[in-house]
Parts: sequence; C-alpha cells; structure tokens
Amino acid sequence: MTVAPAAPLVRAENLGRIFDVSSPWLTRVLEGLPRQVVVAVADMSFEIARKETLALVGESGSGKSTVAKMVVGLVPPTTGEVFIDAMPMHGRRRGAERRRLRRRIQMVFQDPYASLNPRWRALDIVAEPIRAFQLAASRPETAARVGELLRLVGLDPADGGKYPHQFSGGQRQRIAIARALASEPAFVVCDEPTSALDVSVQAQILNLMRDLQDRFGLTYLFISHNLAVVRHMAHRIGVMYLGRLVEIAAADALFRAPRHPYTRMLLDAVPDLEMSGRQRKPVEGEVPDPVDPPKGCSFHPRCPFADDRCKTERPALVAWNAAGPVACHAVEEGRI
Amino acid sequence: MTQPVLSVRNLRVEFPTRRARLVAIDDVSFDILPGEVLGMVGESGAGKSVTGTAIVGLIEPPGRIAGGEIFLSGVRIDNLDPPAMRRIRGKRIGMVFQDPLTSLDPLYRIGEQLTETIATHSDLRGAALRERAIALLSEVGIPAPAHRFDNYPHQFSGGMRQRVVLALALAADPELVIADEPTTALDVSVQAQIIELMKRLARRHRAAILLITHDMGVIAEAADRVAVMYAGRIVEIGPVRDVVSAPLHPYTRGLMGSIPKLDGGLDRLVQIPGSMPRLTAIPPGCPFHPRCPRVFAPCPMHRPELRPHAKAQVACWLYHPAPSAQSEKPATLAGPP
Ligand SMILES: Nc1ncnc2c1ncn2[C@@H]1O[C@H](COP(=O)(O)OP(=O)(O)OP(=O)(O)O)[C@@H](O)[C@H]1O
Ligand SMILES: Nc1ncnc2c1ncn2[C@@H]1O[C@H](COP(=O)(O)OP(=O)(O)OP(=O)(O)O)[C@@H](O)[C@H]1O
Ligand code: SF4
Ligand SMILES: [Mg+2]
Ligand SMILES: [Mg+2]
Repeated sequence: MTVAPAAPLVRAENLGRIFDVSSPWLTRVLEGLPRQVVVAVADMSFEIARKETLALVGESGSGKSTVAKMVVGLVPPTTGEVFIDAMPMHGRRRGAERRRLRRRIQMVFQDPYASLNPRWRALDIVAEPIRAFQLAASRPETAARVGELLRLVGLDPADGGKYPHQFSGGQRQRIAIARALASEPAFVVCDEPTSALDVSVQAQILNLMRDLQDRFGLTYLFISHNLAVVRHMAHRIGVMYLGRLVEIAAADALFRAPRHPYTRMLLDAVPDLEMSGRQRKPVEGEVPDPVDPPKGCSFHPRCPFADDRCKTERPALVAWNAAGPVACHAVEEGRI
Repeated sequence: MTQPVLSVRNLRVEFPTRRARLVAIDDVSFDILPGEVLGMVGESGAGKSVTGTAIVGLIEPPGRIAGGEIFLSGVRIDNLDPPAMRRIRGKRIGMVFQDPLTSLDPLYRIGEQLTETIATHSDLRGAALRERAIALLSEVGIPAPAHRFDNYPHQFSGGMRQRVVLALALAADPELVIADEPTTALDVSVQAQIIELMKRLARRHRAAILLITHDMGVIAEAADRVAVMYAGRIVEIGPVRDVVSAPLHPYTRGLMGSIPKLDGGLDRLVQIPGSMPRLTAIPPGCPFHPRCPRVFAPCPMHRPELRPHAKAQVACWLYHPAPSAQSEKPATLAGPP
C-alpha cells in the first residue's frame, strides 16, 4: 500500500451565509426602511485533518455558531459547500448516506438547555443516538452504555432518571456532551462546550476530550471565546472577524506571534488573573454593524495600522509567508 | 454601619426526590453592601444558581426554602406572597438567568420584550420608551441596536441574546442585580464592556450585585469579595485579592490550580480528583474530605463552620482548632496542595 497524503476529514469551500433581518413589511413601509441582510459568514474556506482540532475564535456575533451549524448540516449555506470525507454535506444525496454521515458527526451546542428535550430523562437523551443508530444489541447493553457515558462526563448514572431542569447548568452541558459521544462519532463540533462549567469540571471535560481524541482519533471543530481553553485544545486556530477568517495559524505560533491586528488586540484583552503586571487592554472602538459592514477591510475603523488602502480594498486571506494565511494589507506590505 | 442591600441568613433549600431529600443549599449566610459586587464561584452543581433563584423566590416546587431568612434592604422577603414578590422581581431585583434563551420569549421581537419590561416599571411611553430600550441595548454592546430592534431572539447570536437578557435585568434600575453567568458566551472585549457596565451600576446607583461565574478572570476584575461554594455550602468568602492570590480552603486551591493558562500549551490540565458528592448523600464532616489532599482526623467526623481567618472566612479544620484533634493541626500551609 502506498502512503497517500492524508486527505482532510473536513473541507469547507467558500462557505457563506446571509440572513434576512428586515423589519416586518408594514414597519418597513411606514418608516421607509430598506430590506436588511446580515452577512453572517462570507467566503470561509478551511480544512480539518483527521485527529486534528481546529478552533474558531472571534468576537460575539462574528459568525462562529453559523459556521458550526453549516458544517454539521443544520443551516444550509447561501454559497459554498462543506465536504466530510469528500462527501458534500448539503448537496443532494441519498437517505442512507446522509444517515451514515449524520452518525459520524455530532454537535455540542452553545445553549445546553435549549438543545435538550425537557420532557426526556437524562438517560433517554443519552440513549437516543444509541437506539437510533442501533449501536447496542439489547436494552441492558444500552443501559450499560448510557451508564458508562454518564460516568465518563462525571455524572452519577443514578441521576439518569432526572429531567434536564433538575440539573445545574454545567450538569446539563455534560449531558449534552455524553449524548454527542453516544453515537461514537468521528467528528465533533463543539460550540462553547465548557463555558457553562466551573474550571475543575472544565478541566475534566477538556482532558476527557483530549483522551478520546488520542484513543479514537476524533476530529474536533472547537469554538470558544476563552483563549486559554483554546490554547489547551487546538492544534490550529482560525480567527474570525465579522463573518470572515482574518488569520489562521498553528496554535503556538498564533499565541507566540499573532499577526493580524485584530488577533493582537484579542490577545491583549484577555483578563489578567494575577491582577498585576500586564494591563488588560480593551479591544478599542465600536463593534461594527453587521448589517452595514465597513468597506475595505472590515476591521479598519478599529485598526491602529489602517491606511487609505485599508479603507477601500478588502484584503484577501493569503499566506504571505510560512506562518499561514492572514488577511491584512499591513502584513502583506510588511508594515507590521 | 451601612445596611446591606441583601442579607442572607442560614439559608437552606431542599428538593424532595422520590428516594431521598436533596439539600441544595445548607446554612448559607452572606451580605452584599450597597455598591458592592460579590462574586460567587464553585463546583458545577454546588448551588450557586439555586441561591440566586431562592433570593428571587423562584425555587421550583416541590423544592422549597426549608430554613433561614432573606432580607432586602432590611425587610424580610423570603416569606412574601407571590404577588408581592412579583412586584419586587424586575423592579427592585434584576435577575439574569443562566440560560439566556429561557428568559426570552422566542415568539416576540427583542424590542417588544424590552419595551414591555421597561413600561411595566416606569412611566415612559411611545418614542421615549423606544429610545430608552435602544439606549439599553447599546449599553450592553449590541452593535447598531436600532437596526436589530425588531429581530426575534433566534436571529441573535448566543452572546447577543445573553446581553439582551442583561439589558432586561437592568431595565428598571434595580437595587440588587443577580447575574448568573452573564458573560460566559461572550468574547473578551464584550466581556470587558459588561464588567465595566456592572461596576458602573454598582458605583453610580449604589446597587448590590451578586455575580455568579466560572470565570476567575471576571471575578478578579469585577468583584470586591468572592464566595466559594461546594456541595451547597460556602466554604470560603473574603476579599477577592486574598482569595485569588492566597486561597485558603483546599477546594479553592484546587479550583485555582485547574484554571487553564494562556501560556499553557497542549498539556493536560490539573483536575481535582473525584467529583462532588451527590447532594442526597453529602458525607458527614467536611463535605470535601473524600477529595481533599490535606484531609486529617477531624475532617470526616466534624463539620467545619465558616469562621474568620486572616482577612477571609473559611470552613476548614486546617485553620480552626478541631474538636478533638487539635494536635494534628498544622500551623501554616506552605505551597499549593
Ligand atoms: N437565524 C438567524 N437569523 C438572522 N440572523 C442570524 C441568525 N443566526 C445568526 N444570525 C446573525 O448572524 C451573525 C452571526 O451569528 P452567530 O450566532 O454565528 O455568531 P457567533 O460568532 O456564534 O456569536 P456568539 O459568540 O455570540 O455566539 C449575528 O449578527 C447574528 O445576529
Ligand atoms: N428543580 C430541581 N429539582 C431537583 N434538583 C435540582 C433542581 N434544581 C437544581 N437542582 C440540584 O441542585 C443542585 C444545585 O444546582 P445549581 O443549579 O444551583 O448549581 P450551580 O452551582 O448553579 O451549578 P452550575 O455551575 O453547573 O450552574 C444541583 O445538584 C442540581 O442537580
Ligand atoms: S488590512 Fe489594514 S485595517 Fe485591516 S487589519 Fe490590516 S492594517 Fe488593519
Ligand atoms: Mg455562537
Ligand atoms: Mg448554575
């Protein structure tokens, strides 16, 4: 057998998504308002190799969850396509294929409560994928598997009979994680998987996710606003700003030498636990309106390095050197 | 002495379950002064949210407050009838719940929900009402709020919804704000903005704020004092600087140790071994003793009370003379556990 270069497990090609957020028709007519659309995601291309963790970071509202939902097939893209194992996610395909694909992809949602059926007991929620994909031969086997999964995420199987509202926020998030792992997926999209967890449980879950990756070769798309968490989880990091990737780099390189001005600001804005030395610098300037994004580089109104070119011409995401692609004129011109 | 805005005395909350009685909060007492931000951290499931819900009188039956008293500016509120409590909620106490989606009605536009809340608690009407609502949205950092006023909750991102909920809680200029994980889904820059907003609220309006969060960075920056909860009890409470830089309780020490660091790299995170006990079967003595690296003779037998030590208060036998095992008490703690 020849060793071919490993094909990526996930490939996103020119992904874009537009949402209509216009006011209701009558209000629009009465107040003379135009139709309004949000460009939630534009022109995103990236790959995730097998056993790799790609993290997406970026401001609230920058389009991370929308990318996640397009990658797992929950939101249809306006443009572009996602390929999992070279199979198109959104193109037409037969039922059996879709089913196979669905089992291999799981998602942990940002809002754990909204994603759990309130009328189901925790153990039914976790058992659902096992039943749906017939992963256990018998009822006792299903029950045993559910117990094992609950223990894996640090819950007591004896609590499996409780309903979601009887758990704390962090416990609910762990149920969601157990459910995602139940179908033995190859690829898990995690949208803020630990933001509802205290740091000691967070450490448990993150260590668990890493162990699962080592043991079963899992691939992750990992979204978090917590840069320290991302640091511990990601091999590569994509930084998003207003719906676009502005930088993508190996995790250690990004933290060591952030290049895009937004990435630099983001790293400077991390709260300082020691409350000493480094002064936390807030990211300056107004968050732009996604309905009416700035021309040229969408970061230019907040950017200390912006010049006239930045105000008119949108920088392309290009690998100017070995460190990986950056979308910034100043980086291209070697000004910073 | 200034009168605290919030005073919680020996609070106990129970949830009867079919097989046993779950004690979610056990003998919790604390005060929050005007203009003060009290941070609350602790293990997931330790009872932080239940503490908040108990204060606003929203414990879900059959759960109930089984003991203790809650005072708002000196007046007892835990025994008020539901209509009286409803008047206080929203007007005098603003609450941000942990699940932002559950406090927004998916069928109503963001603007409608906000104006309705403001209208219930003020005389503003018409254009002034709309203006106030838009101003609130921009205060919590929603970009171009006038554009997004007529959106439905599902059209907002997770972090944007969280900020709308915060705007709702602040709508009536309450004297007490209970914010349960108000910044979890927010990136660092919006987070900074929200922290600034809460500090301003405390300073300018002399409001008291109970800030529940897992994020020690947020606590360090926003809170004046911090309470650490474990298995339904406060195990340590004190000035934020002392608790963060020199934690006393072994649980607090473990908690500080498991915080991921920015310069950490891809190594494993430190975790506290074991997990929190089930609240239907809290071990006797110190509830942390089965996981504690410093456990000694009195711990499994006697329950440590919250008592002053240095500038903080801590519930741990390492710091207090133990009933019968005083000889084993080490004088000082050196280094992390
Ligand atoms: N269903 C929808 N309808 C209309 N607009 C939407 C919809 N979903 C998302 N948006 C808009 O798209 C933009 C990106 O949202 P998204 O949820 O992807 O952000 P995010 O990066 O995940 O933010 P956060 O960190 O706050 O979760 C936001 O401006 C949001 O309001
Ligand atoms: N309605 C309920 N019925 C039964 N038990 C409940 C109910 N609500 C909460 N509990 C239990 O009370 C305990 C405390 O829950 P609480 O939500 O206060 O935790 P928390 O400290 O806020 O945790 P987290 O950090 O995960 O949000 C949990 O163990 C939970 O299972
Ligand atoms: S392109 Fe210009 S405005 Fe945009 S980040 Fe680079 S320097 Fe700043
Ligand atoms: Mg999101
Ligand atoms: Mg909670």
